[in-house]
Amino acid sequence: MSSIKEQKATFTIKNGPTFKGVSFGANKSVAGEAVFTTSLVGYPESMTDPSYRGQILVFTQPLIGNYGVPDGTQRDEFNLLKYFESPHIHVVGIVVAEYAYEYSHWTAVESLANWCQREGVAAITGVDTRAVVQYLREEGSSLGRITIGDDMEPEYVDPMNTHLVKQVTTKQPFHVSAIVKNPIANIALIDCGVKENIIRCLVKRGANVTVFPFDYRIQDIADQFDGIFLSNGPGNPEFCTDTINNLREFMLNPKFVNIPIFGICLGHQLLALASGAHTSKMVYGNRAHNIPCMDLTTGQCHITSQNHGYAVDPSTLPADQWKPYFVNLNDGSNEGMIHLTRPIFSTQFHPEAKGGPLDTDILFDKFFNNIEEFKLKKDLPMEKKNNINKLSNVSKQFNDSLAKERVLA
Amino acid sequence: MSIYKSTTPTISTFNNPETYSPELIDDIKSVLIIGSGGLSIGQAGEFDYSGSQAIKALKEANKHTILINPNIATNQTSHSLADKIYYLPVTPEYITYIIERERPDGILLTFGGQTGLNCGVELDQSGVLAKYNVKVLGTPIKTLITSEDRDLFAQALKEINIPTAESVACETVDEALEAAAKIKYPVIVRSAYALGGLGSGFANSAEEMKQLASQSLSLAPQILVEKSLKGWKEVEYEVVRDRVGNCITVCNMENFDPLGVHTGDSIVFAPSQTLSDEEYHMLRSAAIKIIRHLGVIGECNVQYALQPNGLDYRVIEVNARLSRSSALASKATGYPLAYTAAKIALGYTLPELPNPITKTTVANFEPSLDYIVAKVPKWDLSKFQYVNRDIGSSMKSVGEVMAIGRNYEEAFQKALRQVDPTVLGFQGSDEFGDNLDKVLAEPTDRRVLAIGQALLHEGYSVDKIHELSNIDKWFLYKCNNIAKMYKELQQRNELNQLDKELLTKAKKLGFSDKQIAFCIDPNYKYSEFDVRNLRKSFGIIPFVKRIDTLAAEFPASTNYLYTTYNAVKSDVEFNENGMLVLGSGVYRIGSSVEFDWCAVNTAKALRDAGKKTIMINYNPETVSTDFDEVDRLYFEELSYERVMDIYELENSEGCVISVGGQLPQNIALPLFENGCKILGTSPVDIDRAEDRHKFSTILDSIHVGQPEWSELSSVDEAKVFANRVGYPVLIRPSYVLSGAAMSVVTDECDLEAKLTLASDVSQDHPVVMSKFILGAQEIDVDAVAHDGQVLVHAISEHIENAGVHSGDASLVLPPQHLSDKVKLELKDIADKVAKAWKITGPFNMQIIKDGDKPLKVIECNIRASRSFPFVSKVLGVNFIDIAVRSFLGGDHVPKPVDLMMNKKYDYVATKVPQFSFTRLAGADPYLGVEMASTGEVASFGKNEIESYWTAMQSTMNFHVPLPPCGILFGGDLTKEDLGTVAKNIAPLNYNLYVTTEEAKQYLESHIESGHDVKIIEFPKNDKRKLRELFQKYDIKTVFNLASKRAENTADLDYQMRRNAIDFAIPLFNEPKTSVLFSKALAAHVGEKLKALESNEIIIPEEVHTWEEYVGHRAN
Repeated sequence: MSSIKEQKATFTIKNGPTFKGVSFGANKSVAGEAVFTTSLVGYPESMTDPSYRGQILVFTQPLIGNYGVPDGTQRDEFNLLKYFESPHIHVVGIVVAEYAYEYSHWTAVESLANWCQREGVAAITGVDTRAVVQYLREEGSSLGRITIGDDMEPEYVDPMNTHLVKQVTTKQPFHVSAIVKNPIANIALIDCGVKENIIRCLVKRGANVTVFPFDYRIQDIADQFDGIFLSNGPGNPEFCTDTINNLREFMLNPKFVNIPIFGICLGHQLLALASGAHTSKMVYGNRAHNIPCMDLTTGQCHITSQNHGYAVDPSTLPADQWKPYFVNLNDGSNEGMIHLTRPIFSTQFHPEAKGGPLDTDILFDKFFNNIEEFKLKKDLPMEKKNNINKLSNVSKQFNDSLAKERVLA
Repeated sequence: MSIYKSTTPTISTFNNPETYSPELIDDIKSVLIIGSGGLSIGQAGEFDYSGSQAIKALKEANKHTILINPNIATNQTSHSLADKIYYLPVTPEYITYIIERERPDGILLTFGGQTGLNCGVELDQSGVLAKYNVKVLGTPIKTLITSEDRDLFAQALKEINIPTAESVACETVDEALEAAAKIKYPVIVRSAYALGGLGSGFANSAEEMKQLASQSLSLAPQILVEKSLKGWKEVEYEVVRDRVGNCITVCNMENFDPLGVHTGDSIVFAPSQTLSDEEYHMLRSAAIKIIRHLGVIGECNVQYALQPNGLDYRVIEVNARLSRSSALASKATGYPLAYTAAKIALGYTLPELPNPITKTTVANFEPSLDYIVAKVPKWDLSKFQYVNRDIGSSMKSVGEVMAIGRNYEEAFQKALRQVDPTVLGFQGSDEFGDNLDKVLAEPTDRRVLAIGQALLHEGYSVDKIHELSNIDKWFLYKCNNIAKMYKELQQRNELNQLDKELLTKAKKLGFSDKQIAFCIDPNYKYSEFDVRNLRKSFGIIPFVKRIDTLAAEFPASTNYLYTTYNAVKSDVEFNENGMLVLGSGVYRIGSSVEFDWCAVNTAKALRDAGKKTIMINYNPETVSTDFDEVDRLYFEELSYERVMDIYELENSEGCVISVGGQLPQNIALPLFENGCKILGTSPVDIDRAEDRHKFSTILDSIHVGQPEWSELSSVDEAKVFANRVGYPVLIRPSYVLSGAAMSVVTDECDLEAKLTLASDVSQDHPVVMSKFILGAQEIDVDAVAHDGQVLVHAISEHIENAGVHSGDASLVLPPQHLSDKVKLELKDIADKVAKAWKITGPFNMQIIKDGDKPLKVIECNIRASRSFPFVSKVLGVNFIDIAVRSFLGGDHVPKPVDLMMNKKYDYVATKVPQFSFTRLAGADPYLGVEMASTGEVASFGKNEIESYWTAMQSTMNFHVPLPPCGILFGGDLTKEDLGTVAKNIAPLNYNLYVTTEEAKQYLESHIESGHDVKIIEFPKNDKRKLRELFQKYDIKTVFNLASKRAENTADLDYQMRRNAIDFAIPLFNEPKTSVLFSKALAAHVGEKLKALESNEIIIPEEVHTWEEYVGHRAN
C-alpha cells in the first residue's frame, strides 16, 4: 500500500468544509450533489443504481471495497446483470473513510479502485465521513466536488437542474422474457433508470417484461399489457413532464381503469404528480437500508432500503382517489400511496432491495395478485370457466423485434 | 394461546400519538426475574447487564420486581433496581418457594442466561407456573423448548426450508457411533440444553467419538451428532420481534475464526466484514423468517455457518434469550437489546418504543455503524494445571473485551491491548518454535500471537496463513497492514526520524505510543512518554466520536463515546470537567463483576454528590458500560495513554483509580506523576503498599505483625532465608494480579526453579519472599478510611485455612468464631495501616490468625477489593458510597462507625466461590495459591451452617446428594478431616465408598460401627467404565482431600477429582469446607428430603429477602 505513490485528493462541500484525503479512483476531478448513505453493505449495487446519477456518494460505513467488485458482465438466467443494477457506475464520485486496498470475496474479480478507474469515477479515502454527514444533516443537501491532486477545482454542478432520467433511460424498448414455459403476465415497465433487480423481481415471478423509455406513450400500448410498472430513477421528478402527462392520460382513460400499476421511488413520485399531488426536495434525503416504514393499511412495520432526495407531500394527494400507504417512522415522510378503488399502489422505498433488506419483497406479490385479478376481470365471464391464464396479447413479433437488454445509446 | 390480547399490528400508534396508549398485557403488577447466578465460563457478566436493563424497563412500567440471584456482587441485586431480592439458588426448587411466597403475576425467563431458561422450562413442565398462574412474559415456553431441543428445532426449521446442520439425536454411545459413521467424520457433538457449548466437541474418528460421546452423555441425556463445517464463515444476527410480528435485526457480527471455534472463544467483528449485500441479506431474511416461525417475542440470536465460496449456509444455533452475543451487540450498536426485549415482553411493540439514543426516532429500525467493533476473548488458562489449551467447540474464555475504532486495525489493536495490557497490540511471540504451523492450523488461546509471529517475524504470506488457518484473507490482509507499519516504523532508530505524517498514520492504525517506542528501539531507548510528547508537539491527539445507532443521520444527545485518530473533529464539547471513574476492564480470574459493582456505585455516588461523571471501561459484559449510568461513557482502553488523553481532553476534575481492581491501580502512579489528579489515597502511598519491600518495611515500623520476610537479591540469599524460616515459603513479585506469578515453594530444588520464573515476571520490582503459613485461619478486612482514619470496616472469616487464594475462599460475615479481643486487634491493625499509608478511600487486608499467636498481615491492597459488594450488602452499608464521600472530603465525609463491635446481627452470610472446572478439560480441580474460581455466590441464613448450605446450593449445577445415594471418599488419610466428614454423614444413610483398603480402614476408624464402607474398583484410565461405575454406585458427591497438587495426571486423586467434575458431580476438595458441608448435610438433608417428598410446598427457613435479613432497604 505504501509502495504506490499516494495521490492526494480533496472533497469540498460548497460553502462548507474541505476534507483532505487520498484518491483511489479515476484521476479525474468531479463535481455533483453530495449525498450520504448509511447502508452497511451493497456498494456495487448503489454505485450502479441509476438513481444516483450525477451524485457524489458518501458512505458512512467505513468498510468500503472489502469484498471487491464482482463481474459486471455476468448475466443470470434472465439475461439480467447478475451483480450490478445497471451496466455502469452512475455516481460521479465516492467518498469513504477507509478504503480497503485489499479485498477478499469469492465473487470479486477486481478491486473497487480498479473499477472506479475503469469507469472514470473519482474516489477519495481518508475522509471523516461522520463529519460530512453531520454537516449535510444540518445544512441540507449540498453540492460537492472531489479534486484530484493539483487539478483545477471543477465548477460545482447541480445535477438536479438537469434531466437525469433522459440520460439513464433505455434509448429503445427492450424485452426480458420470463423463462417459464407459460408466462403469467406481460408487464410494461417505464424505465426512468430501472434497477436490474426490479426487472428480475418481475420476470422471476413468471412475467414477460417489456421495458420502455421514460417518455414512451404508455397510453398507446397499455391495452396489450397486464400490468404497468413505473421504475425508480434519478433527480427531480418534475423534469419528467412527458412521463407525467402520459400517465395522466392513461389514468383518465376509462379503458384502463382495471390495469394494475406499481411504482417505486421516482415511479411513486411521478404517479403522485400525475394524480395531482406535489413533490418537494427533502433537506438531505433518505439513503439507507434501515428505514422503518409502517404499512398504514395494517400497522405492520418494515425495514426498507431507500435512496431518494424528493418526497411526495401526502396532504396534496386527492383524497377522493388516494390514501397514503406507507409512512416513514423516523421523519414522518410519505413512503407510498394506494388508490382507493383501482389496483394501483406505489412506494417511495425500494422493495426490490439490492442493496438492502428484502422485507417488502411481498409488494411484488401484491402486484402480481392484482394482475391475477385483473386477468380474471378482463376475461370475464366467458373464459373464466376455462381457467386459462390468458395473457394480454403483446405480439410476439413486436417482442422479438426488441433489444434484449437496455439500449444505452 | 398467547398471553397478549392482540397479535395483530395497529396503526393507531402512528395516527394518534397524543391519545394512543399501548396495549399492554393485563393484570401484571409483579414480575419475578430469574438471574443467572455465579459467573462461570459461558455465563458471565452479560446477564448482570441484561437483567439490570430488564429491571429498569419494568420499573419504568411501574411493575413490582422480584429478583432471584445469589450473585451478590451484581448490580442487578441492588435495591435501586429490584424491589425484592433473594440471594438464593437459581433452581426450580427455590424459584417455586419464591413463587409460593410472592405470588408474582409474571416471570421473565430470558434474562438469566441458560440457567434461567432451563429453570423456566422445568417449572413449566412440572406445572408450577400453571398452578400459580404465573404468566411467562415475552417469548412463550413452547418456543423456548423448540429452540433448545435440537430435534424439534431442526423440524421447525425444515418447515420453513431453512437449512440446519444435519444432526442426529443420540442417547447412547453406540447410537452416536452409528450416527457418526453415517454422517461421516469429522463430526461435531453437541449436547441439548448446553451452557456455552459444554460437552461439545469434534471427533475425527470412532475412537475420538467414543470418548467424546461418553463424556457428553454424562452431562446431558441427549447429544447431537452433526456434520462438521470446519472452515466455513461464522456469522451471527441479533433479531428482535414484538408481539405483532414486527422484526428487526439489530446487528450482525462475523467471526475472525472460522467455524470450529466456539463463538464465545472467537475474535468477532461487527458489522460483518466480508459479506456482500447478497449474503448479508440472505442471512438477515432467514433470521427474521426463523424468529417469526418460532414465535419469539423479544430478543433472539441466530448463528450461521456460511460457505466461504458460495451461498450455501446452515443455521448452527438459535438462542431465544438474551445472550453474550446480544450484550455485545447492544454495546456495539448502542441499541439496548435487553431493555427493549423487556418492554416487548410487557406488550409494547417496536414502533411504540422510542430509540433511547436519539429519542426522536423509533426503536423499530436497524442500527447503522460508522465504526468497527472488535471483540477478543480473554482466556486465563495459564492459571490451571494440566489444562488443554486448544480452543474449539467448547468455550474456555473467562471474559471478553470490545474495542471501537474507525477502521479494523484501530479496533483490533485496541482490543488486543485491552485483553492483556502487557501486549503492545498486534504482535508476535517466539513461544511457538516449530509448532507455529500447528498452532495456526489448530487454534489455541495463543493463535493471534502466532499470526503476529508468522507475519512479523517468520515471513509468512497471507496466503500461507490462510491455507493453514482458513481465516478469511480479509482479516489477514488487515493484520498485514499492521505488520507493514511495524516494518516502516522499525526503519527509524531515533525519535527525531519520526515525521508527523508517519506518526499520524501509525496512530490511525491503532499503534499505541508504547508500541511506537518499541518499534524505534525494542529496548525502549525512548519511552512511551517521549512518543507522547512528540505526537502532542505535532498536534496529534485523538478525536472523540459518538455511538448513536444511526451513523449521525439524526442528532443524538447520548454520550456513548470512543476515541479515534481517523477523524477531523470531535462530536462532543469538553466543558463538563467530569470526574473520571476507571472501570475494571476485562473479566478474568480474580477480577470480575464485583469491580463493576464498585465502578457503578462510584459513579452513582459521585452523581448524587452533584458531580459530572465519566466512565472509562471496555468490557461489554458490564453495567458500567451502559450509557445511562454516567454522564459520559468512554468505551476505551484503560491504559495510561488513553486515560491521560481523555483526562486532558475533558479537563477532568479528578480520577478515581481505586474501584476497578488492580488494572487501574497499575497506571495510578504514571497518571499521578504526569499531573493527573487522583482522588483518594496518593498513588505514591499506594506504591508503598504495592511494593512488597516498602510494604513490609512499613509494617515493621508500625509494629504490625507479618510473616517473616526478606527481599531477594540472589538465589543463595533466598536459600539461606528459606532454611531459616522453614519451608514452605511464598515468592512473589510486586504488582500481583490475582495470584499470578505468586508461588509457594516447598523445597530448595523448587525454589531455584521458581525464582527464575518469578524474576522473569517483573524486572522493575524486586522479588520478596516470606514464610508461608499453613493450617492457620485467614481473615479479610475491608475498610474505608479518610485521611488515615478508618470510617467503616468489615471483618470476614475464611472457612478454608490460609494457603487457599483469598479469591477461592469462602467468606463468612459477620465473623462467627472471633473473640471481641481479636476483633479489636483487627480494628487496631486497620487503624495503624490506614494511618501509615495515609489512606483516603477503600482498602483491604488479609490477615492470618494462627491460634493465639499475634495476628499477621499477609496482604494489603489500597483499593476496593473483590469482597466490597459482599460486605456492603451483608452489613447493609454501602462501602463504596462511603469511599466516594471520603474522596470528596469536607462535609461529605461521614462519622466513623464500628459495624463489627457495636452491632448485633441475627443473620450470617456466606460467600462461596464458583468454579468452572467443567469447561476446562484436564484442569486439576485443586485449590492453591493460584486463584481458580471464575465467580462467586452468597446466601444468607440464620447461622453459618444454614447460610453455607444455601450458598453451596447456589453454585451452578450443584445437586445436594440425597440419601441413599453413594458418596466417594479419597485423599489425605493422615489428617482427621476426611474422617470427620464421614463421621458426620454416616448416620444419614448414604452409601460410603472408597477405592483402597487403606481408606476403608481409615474411614471405619472414624465412623460409628454399623455403617459400611465399601471399596469400589476405580479404573482410572477408562472414562467410560468410570462413568458406568459412578452410575452403578449412584455416586452423587466426591470428597477428595489431597494434601498437595497431583504430580501427574496418573495420580489417583487427580483422576477422582477430575472425573467428579467431568461427570458433573459435586466435588469437595478442601478440608474445612468439606467438614462444614457435612455438618450442613447433617442439619438440613432430612428436611430437604421431607420437603421434596411432600405434596405441599414447605418453604425452608433460608427463603427470605435481603431486606428481611438486613432489616432495611440497603443499597
